[in-house]
Amino acid sequence: MSQYYFHMDQLTVGYNGQPLIRDIEIGIRQGEIVTLIGPNGAGKSTILKSITRQLSLIGGKVQFAEKELRSYSYKELSSRMAVVLTERMRPELMTCHDVVATGRYPYTGRLGILSEEDERIVDESMRAVHAEDIGTRDFNAISDGQRQRVLLARAICQEPEIIILDEPTSFLDVRHKLELLAILRNMAKQKGITVIMSLHEIDLAMKISDKIVCVKGDHIFRYGEPEEIFEESMIRNLYDIDNGFFDPLFGSIELPAPGTNVRRNAGGMDGAEGKSPSPHTLVLSSCGTGIPVFRRLQRQNEPFISGILYTNDVDYQLARLLAAEVITEKPFCQISDAAFARAMEAVEKCERVIDAGVEIGESNARMEDILAAAEKAGKMERI
Amino acid sequence: MAQSLQGKSAGGMQGGYHAENFRRRTRYTIVFAILIAAFFLICILNINTGNVNIPVSRILKIIFQKAGDKDEMNIIWKIRLPRILMGAMLGGALALAGFLLQTFFENPIAGPFVLGISSGAKMIVAIVMIFFLQRFGRVSSWAMIVAAFIGSLMATGFILAVSRAVNSMAALLVAGVMIGYICSAVTEFIITFAEDSDIVNLHGWSQGSFSGMNWSNVGVSALIVGITLFLTILLSKPIGAFQMGEAYAQSMGVNVKRFRIALIMLSSILSATVTAFAGPISFVGIAVPFLMKRSLGTAKPLVVIPATFLGGAVFCMVCDLIARMAFAPTELKISTVTSLFGAPIVIFMLIRRQQGRR
Repeated sequence: MSQYYFHMDQLTVGYNGQPLIRDIEIGIRQGEIVTLIGPNGAGKSTILKSITRQLSLIGGKVQFAEKELRSYSYKELSSRMAVVLTERMRPELMTCHDVVATGRYPYTGRLGILSEEDERIVDESMRAVHAEDIGTRDFNAISDGQRQRVLLARAICQEPEIIILDEPTSFLDVRHKLELLAILRNMAKQKGITVIMSLHEIDLAMKISDKIVCVKGDHIFRYGEPEEIFEESMIRNLYDIDNGFFDPLFGSIELPAPGTNVRRNAGGMDGAEGKSPSPHTLVLSSCGTGIPVFRRLQRQNEPFISGILYTNDVDYQLARLLAAEVITEKPFCQISDAAFARAMEAVEKCERVIDAGVEIGESNARMEDILAAAEKAGKMERI
Repeated sequence: MAQSLQGKSAGGMQGGYHAENFRRRTRYTIVFAILIAAFFLICILNINTGNVNIPVSRILKIIFQKAGDKDEMNIIWKIRLPRILMGAMLGGALALAGFLLQTFFENPIAGPFVLGISSGAKMIVAIVMIFFLQRFGRVSSWAMIVAAFIGSLMATGFILAVSRAVNSMAALLVAGVMIGYICSAVTEFIITFAEDSDIVNLHGWSQGSFSGMNWSNVGVSALIVGITLFLTILLSKPIGAFQMGEAYAQSMGVNVKRFRIALIMLSSILSATVTAFAGPISFVGIAVPFLMKRSLGTAKPLVVIPATFLGGAVFCMVCDLIARMAFAPTELKISTVTSLFGAPIVIFMLIRRQQGRR
């Protein structure tokens, strides 16, 4: 007996008896959204194929609703588990309605004749994915985004307790990605349908998932709630990123800092490594005014110093990743002598100073002096 | 006709699934009505025409009242009627075998002839035939069917092995055509060295023909084809699931392994029966399912299976009539006629597919 609704217990999966990933230990509760992330070829699909019984398990077992997965007949399982697969299919002469209607398979009789009730459920499922207007179109003649939605409608039509999706957002544009994930979230939270899927978009995975499974190499790298998983170093290690960043705070992906010499596999994972020693630009900003400037400098591959930023300033979050050097101060404090001195030194050292717009109040009054110094040196550039 | 499917949607024809299915049923009804009408028409035409023309009124009298001129009775009951029934049954069986193989290989140009299955059956039948004729002086229909079935399975097994090794449809078809050549070569070899009396028997048969059918042939093939057709209709639900691809079929609850075996068995029995009685017949298995799916506007097995059977029957009866009458009294091989009609349809199909991809 397991305390979980869906439990992968010491699972080993792979192809043709060759283990690929060993000792998978994952417990999932009903209505949770669990996402597998990890580099290409890490075995996400292998895991999904194994828990949908397309591949036989090499070791361990899967407990699904108090019963072992292997002890289900295919028929029994089909009324409880639906899948959305990556493989492209080109069914002959089938309208979208027909494709969705195949989800009724477990519920129809010997000859598979649909009742009016079945037809109604098909219509309902189409509405659930906002695809009711393409019902009579040929399935081969619709766009990728529509196709994914129709396949999801098909899965919904199967009235499962659990839906397993292999990269459902591939090929979709941003709008359709968001739409698809929103539908999944509603299903999980309103109807209590458990969702297990793989995603390439770690930023989206972080936002939709209750649990994240990091798959890498021959084992599960990490498993836990997104808040535990999404640390910067964690993601970098998972994907072996050495020329860019993942910012867990906003879930955004950043290119390497300007001036960084990109050397793949150069050894350590240290983001500061290889940075050009002498930036020629100083950016003065606050409250988000710096972000567009940082981005522009990044595009121009122009290393820069950023300052003086309070560590609770939104600019700081990006400067931290992109600037060669960030001159910081603790939130709500007066600018210290040390920070001030570093800023003045930067003004002197740099060829230009960009004033992105600094909000000056009581605690950061010394910014006035820095701006004045830059003005006096004739290095000031306003935007 | 595929355009009309898309055309409807482009015109914004909406409404729920129920409405769509309702519209379809009308179309199915029309297609089936035409097929049935064509069936009876061609039946009458077939009985009517030949060296001796018999008017329709007398045909009906002979068939239903078993009364009339003695010679005409004999012509109809002993020659034409068995031949027509065999043509219908075997034509239907052949078309259905094609449909099953297309489902199995997920390829619309698979068929018993193209994949070399008919030739495999032919080869084993030829061997068995010569053996039996030399030993016992006669061959039973059952022995022929069993031999053809073994030959079919052998060829199918080989094709399956190839399809495991190369995952390309083109390669699969080339392999099928090659098997066809090999088996035909072996058959020719056997015929060359067979005794004269056997050759007469073998040669006519190995060319493919519906001539010389008798009522016991009709009985045996009716039994086999009838049961197989029934079983195939029972399988129409998993066949529909399988059209979505193997992985989806399994997720819908189909035991894919067992289902694949069933498909191979059914299609082999069907093509074996045809080959045993009429020899290899080309292109019916590809052309008819294609025509039926297009005219019905669906690939739904529950509709397509009976339509394919009926369509195959009509197609073969028409071809047989042409084979008999075109250069009467010389009879053409049935394959000559089926190729003439079937091959252009297949070419048309390939072009259409290519355009569909663009």
